[in-house]
Amino acid sequence: MLDKAFIIPFLPLAAFIAIVFFTNRREKLSAGLAIGAVAVAWVMSIVCLIEMLGYHGEGAFQLEQAFDIVTFQNFRLELGVLLDPLTALMLIVVTTVSLMVHIYSLGYMHGDIRFSRFFAYLALFTFAMLGLVLANNFFLIFIFWELVGLTSYLLIGFWYEKKSAADAGKKAFITTKIGDLGFTVGILMMGMFLGTFNYIEVFDKIAAGQLSGGVLTTMAILIFCGAVGKSAQVPLHVWLPDAMEGPTPVSALIHAATMVAAGVFLVARSMTIFMASPDGAMVVAVIGMVTSIFAASIALVQNDIKRILAYSTLSQLGYMIMALGLGGYTAGMFHLMTHAFFKALLFLGAGSVIHAVHTNDIQEMGGLSRKMKITTVTFIIASLSISGIFPLSGFWSKDEIIATASHQPIFLIVSLLVAFMTAFYMFRLCFLTFSGTPRNQHAYDHAHESPRSMTWPLMFLAVLSVVAGWVGIPWLSHGFSSFVYHGEPHHVKPEIILMVASTVVALLGIGLAYLMYYRGAISPQAMGARFKPLYTLLYHKYYVDEFYDAVIIKPVFAATRFLWKFDAKVIDGFVNLNASSTLRLADIKNWFDIHIVDGIVNGLGLITGAASSALRLIQTGRLAHYLLAVLFGLIMMGLLSSSNLLNWILWQIGLQ
Amino acid sequence: MMGSQLLTWVIFLPLIGVGALLLIPKDKHALIRKAAFLFALATFVISLGLLLDFDTATSGMQFEVNIPWISEFGVNYHQGIDGISLLLILLTTFLTAIAILSAFSAVDRSVRGFFASLLLLETGMIGVFASLDLFLFYVFWEVMLVPMYFLIGVWGGERRVYAAIKFVLFTMVGSLLMLVAILVLYFHFHDQTGRYTFDLMQIMALPLPRTLQLWLFGAFGLAFAIKVPMWPFHTWLPDAHVEAPTAGSVILAGVLLKMGVYGFLRFCLPLFPVATFEFMPLISILAVIGVIYGALVAMVQKDIKSLVAFSSVSHMGFVMLGMMTLNQQGLSGSILQMVNHGVSTGALFILVGMIYERRHTRLIADFGGLAKPLPVYAAFFMIVMLSSIGVPGTNGFVGEFLILLGSWSYNQVYAILAATGVIFAACYMLWMYQRVFFGKITNPANEKLVDLNLREKIVLVPLVIMIFWIGFYPKPFLKLMEPAVKTLIGQVEQGRKASAIVPLVESTPIPANTTGLAGGE
Repeated sequence: MLDKAFIIPFLPLAAFIAIVFFTNRREKLSAGLAIGAVAVAWVMSIVCLIEMLGYHGEGAFQLEQAFDIVTFQNFRLELGVLLDPLTALMLIVVTTVSLMVHIYSLGYMHGDIRFSRFFAYLALFTFAMLGLVLANNFFLIFIFWELVGLTSYLLIGFWYEKKSAADAGKKAFITTKIGDLGFTVGILMMGMFLGTFNYIEVFDKIAAGQLSGGVLTTMAILIFCGAVGKSAQVPLHVWLPDAMEGPTPVSALIHAATMVAAGVFLVARSMTIFMASPDGAMVVAVIGMVTSIFAASIALVQNDIKRILAYSTLSQLGYMIMALGLGGYTAGMFHLMTHAFFKALLFLGAGSVIHAVHTNDIQEMGGLSRKMKITTVTFIIASLSISGIFPLSGFWSKDEIIATASHQPIFLIVSLLVAFMTAFYMFRLCFLTFSGTPRNQHAYDHAHESPRSMTWPLMFLAVLSVVAGWVGIPWLSHGFSSFVYHGEPHHVKPEIILMVASTVVALLGIGLAYLMYYRGAISPQAMGARFKPLYTLLYHKYYVDEFYDAVIIKPVFAATRFLWKFDAKVIDGFVNLNASSTLRLADIKNWFDIHIVDGIVNGLGLITGAASSALRLIQTGRLAHYLLAVLFGLIMMGLLSSSNLLNWILWQIGLQ
Repeated sequence: MMGSQLLTWVIFLPLIGVGALLLIPKDKHALIRKAAFLFALATFVISLGLLLDFDTATSGMQFEVNIPWISEFGVNYHQGIDGISLLLILLTTFLTAIAILSAFSAVDRSVRGFFASLLLLETGMIGVFASLDLFLFYVFWEVMLVPMYFLIGVWGGERRVYAAIKFVLFTMVGSLLMLVAILVLYFHFHDQTGRYTFDLMQIMALPLPRTLQLWLFGAFGLAFAIKVPMWPFHTWLPDAHVEAPTAGSVILAGVLLKMGVYGFLRFCLPLFPVATFEFMPLISILAVIGVIYGALVAMVQKDIKSLVAFSSVSHMGFVMLGMMTLNQQGLSGSILQMVNHGVSTGALFILVGMIYERRHTRLIADFGGLAKPLPVYAAFFMIVMLSSIGVPGTNGFVGEFLILLGSWSYNQVYAILAATGVIFAACYMLWMYQRVFFGKITNPANEKLVDLNLREKIVLVPLVIMIFWIGFYPKPFLKLMEPAVKTLIGQVEQGRKASAIVPLVESTPIPANTTGLAGGE
């Protein structure tokens, strides 16, 4: 099966093509095709993983299959797949979440006028994402990288009648494109300095020390730019919260579990580069750390259920990036996996809630646990998991990250702080949504549990949110870390103190949320009033959007308007001035001819007159005559002066 | 009957078509349209014959026809093509057929003249791409001007006369200088060798002194730069595009702009290799300015057509940058991007023309929410727009990436600046698309629009196929041009070395033994 893994991406692609061209009008069939294709891809991915786990050779498993698209003297562009444990892990994550989201969408998108198209886009995204994880070189990953960005654009703006949705799609596309500019340049550097884009060749050359410090660091940081854009790290994070305008299944699949994790995947894939460049790795770690606390702090005070989850995603991605930057390859990828499951579950749960109450505002909710049992239970399981409560999957992966960060105090403090904030905002969300009395009676009255197509994926993901982390339990023969690793397997020693510490901060966060939003022992309003400036700053997301608007967007627009005026007035003005002055000159000459030259010297006047009237001819729009004369003159001259040609043409036509 | 005559047939079949159209009574519009399309289609089909017989293993000119024409002046009817010209000829025959089909319902005034002009234009364009004699080249170059002038001036929009005259004057300024330069070359060749010839291959074999090269490069280069158009010689382009009828815009953007780049490739680079290296920085800088400037100005355009026109300035800047890298990736990318731009921008103009036929406006502000009444149209527009932005999987990406790859090893700063053009391209295109297609319908006139009919789909489908074909599998295209690109790089390098041994004083006559120094055939 492993040598057939390259087929996996083509399954959803085939579904996409079939839906677009053949089954667009038949909604059930379209959805069935997409789900079927992804289901087969899922099974194939599982088989691949099992086969790879059965491999007991020297070092880690690796299989490359490729052929050249284009070759130049100095290098080639290839199309190919690279299968190793990292790829196998990503295949499982992507197909699992994608399958769940596909099934969930049956219920969520029911009755939408573009139902088939939605499934087509989902399938296209799945194709691109699978291609991204399977690619064997940087050129190919870039292609899929852009394609997932494109499908993200299409899906965020899926309800394009809403201006906010169309705006958000555009913002996502352009913001990530800025990161991709760096990525592009990084790839170009790679081509120039190493002469290849192939992962294995690039890493071999770097491991052999072919690139020196400054160049290598620059290249590492440029590649990381791509990850910053796609994984929405500071300072390019602004698109992800807005991307929540898209349908909720999309948010779960693309903007929580898979595409935004592509940045993390890219860093993991390029681990050799970052390990060879300590400065580059430090940039990665710091950006990740800043993002994790920055986004977590914003999530504390937001009221839109999906935006809270979006900021939570930013923060968790920052966590993973930080871990990778600190050399915690296994920890980062482990958290990527567990996060994909519980965050997809959180989004799908949020979708279920939104489906029931038709609002995103948690202040309008409350008491929903009485109406939506499955949603409530699964959502709380996911919340416990993300908060890092023993023995759920989030506990194990988060613990590995904290252990990785524990060698440097600042990273340790921030990661514990983020753990506290995460627990707090998640349970603030849970209590406000599911417990207490309904704050909007009308919405509450209409609320109902979602159909089974939606609740089953919730339950399935809830199981994964509990058990997926168990593969990495340090006391159980280090399952995960002996499979996915970089260089040598690195087993984090179980540190009881850190485990206790992280559990304590998580419980503190949950406890504070309980006191504030369940018991009402501490008034949130009073807290908000007490820390008014901080609250306002967080509520407005540190004013980053406003800052970009003033510093980048407005100046660019001013520049475009200026250049447009410059073009019309200066450059074209010069052209027109030339033309009109030539015309005036012709007029003057004309007058000169008639009144002066004619009267004085007849012969000279004749010549000038002829010239100027020829000029006048050109300038007054009767150019056509001139042009025709040119044309016919040339043709006649050619034909008359050479009988050879005529003969030859006749011969060609077969007349002679 | 075929063989070496095939090229001649491709060149003159459209001209025969012009004759045939003139025999049809001028009020039989339907017949005229069909006949014009049949001739264009036939030309395209036999131009595919060129492709079949083309040998990608050799680097020389193929399908050569070389017979004396005006022997008194050393003018030969010398035609021949290499991979570069072949690609551009195929682009021409392909786009002309599509442009003619797209104009079936758009033109109802002097129909015969309109289609005859398009066919005449086709002969001119193919002739330019195939000419290996400077005089012959100049004849075809000027022949193109006439029908284009009429297309804009007669069937254009409100300010058509202004635009047409502007177009012709701009071009004439350049081509007159070029004519002078051609004559200088001609007499210089005679001074050196005692023979009179306009034959490109012979002239190419004669190394020229540096100063002469600089002057002649300047004269040729200006003519070509206007045609491309390079910043700051671009202001005729938006006017010409906005006023031209759809088919005219398609040909103008799709093929005529490529004449400029082709001129550089075929004449400036191999004839004046020393000057090429000296002009490299200037042209590259102008190209990069064009990339960014065109994109920024495109962003504020209110008329979709002028937006597309400015995007052409930006894209052609990319093409010029790739050409000036003088390495294989950059040059291949540049030539491929010419084809891409022809396909994508041609398709964009056709799409704009389709909505113009329905609403008689092209102002972005008049639209909004069109995705609802026109889903098929919106889908086509989306695909073409993505190709114009250069999203992977479409043709635009392959060309841009190769150009960036080439220019990176030439000059990193230019490469980075040009790459920002890609971001701006995404900005203006997505923003335009959003304002035209997304949101709710605000203008009641847009509610009852009818989606594409069969003919319109037939026009667009081949373009979309090309977009994806080049996007996913560019190998055949790159393979076709590979020998020609390598030869060209060789000629420039070798020519530079050869010129180094020529005395820099122009007046010293050199004995006629200089043949064989450069790649003369």
